[in-house]
Amino acid sequence: MSETKSTRKIAIICSKGTLDMAYPGLVLANAARQAGIDAVLFFTFWGLDIVTKKKNSKIKVTPVGNPAMGMPNLVGIIPGMTTMATSMMKKKIEGLDIPPIDEFIEMIHDAGVKLYGCRMSVDMMGLTEDDLVPQLEGVITAMDFMDISEGAQTIFV
Amino acid sequence: MATLEVAGTALELDDDGFLVNMDEWSKEVAEELAKADEISLTDRHWEVIEFVRKWYAEKDESPTLRRITKVGGIPTKELYQLFPDGPGKKVARIAGTPKPEGCV
Repeated sequence: MSETKSTRKIAIICSKGTLDMAYPGLVLANAARQAGIDAVLFFTFWGLDIVTKKKNSKIKVTPVGNPAMGMPNLVGIIPGMTTMATSMMKKKIEGLDIPPIDEFIEMIHDAGVKLYGCRMSVDMMGLTEDDLVPQLEGVITAMDFMDISEGAQTIFV
Repeated sequence: MATLEVAGTALELDDDGFLVNMDEWSKEVAEELAKADEISLTDRHWEVIEFVRKWYAEKDESPTLRRITKVGGIPTKELYQLFPDGPGKKVARIAGTPKPEGCV
């Protein structure tokens, strides 16, 4: 069969901490595993929020500076607009039977995705490994990422 | 076009190894489809297959892996052990239902 014993591997760098940029990496990594493809996720800069315990259930999407959301920037800056847009998007996501971020991470970890945090970002934000979700394989440097992404198709989100 | 030999009859398969005519599915066919994937079906595999077929009969679509875990009660880890190297299509193929259309 076409998809058995694939030697394909995919490495996704998640660098953003907004809802609309958190999901693509998670969904693609999950799809890779469903298709029998090895997947590695590397969380750097604001992407680290996705795997930070206190933050990953509070990730938001903002209508400001995002013309695709169809809201004038001046309206978007009104207090509460980001919360409203976030709750609308979360409802849509839930309606599609797509899990919230913390549960998604558990699911892809169980599916065999390897998750890593970025050393520089962890240090920069003054975090320790205890602040990060237990599903991480570890916190690694950019050079370590070169090793683990060897031979992988790499995607930057 | 590939075929699958079951009890002397050649069944047509599409490029992804799915039955072209889903009505031809039977337990024996499932065993042969699984064999092609180097899987020998256990009771636990049959629980998954029966859940998928029931879902398909009721909703006219294959359940996504998430529905198999959330509704069918088979944990993700186990699903990947039962159907290794890409359970996404494999489960539906062996169960004789269409390719799942959801993203998770």
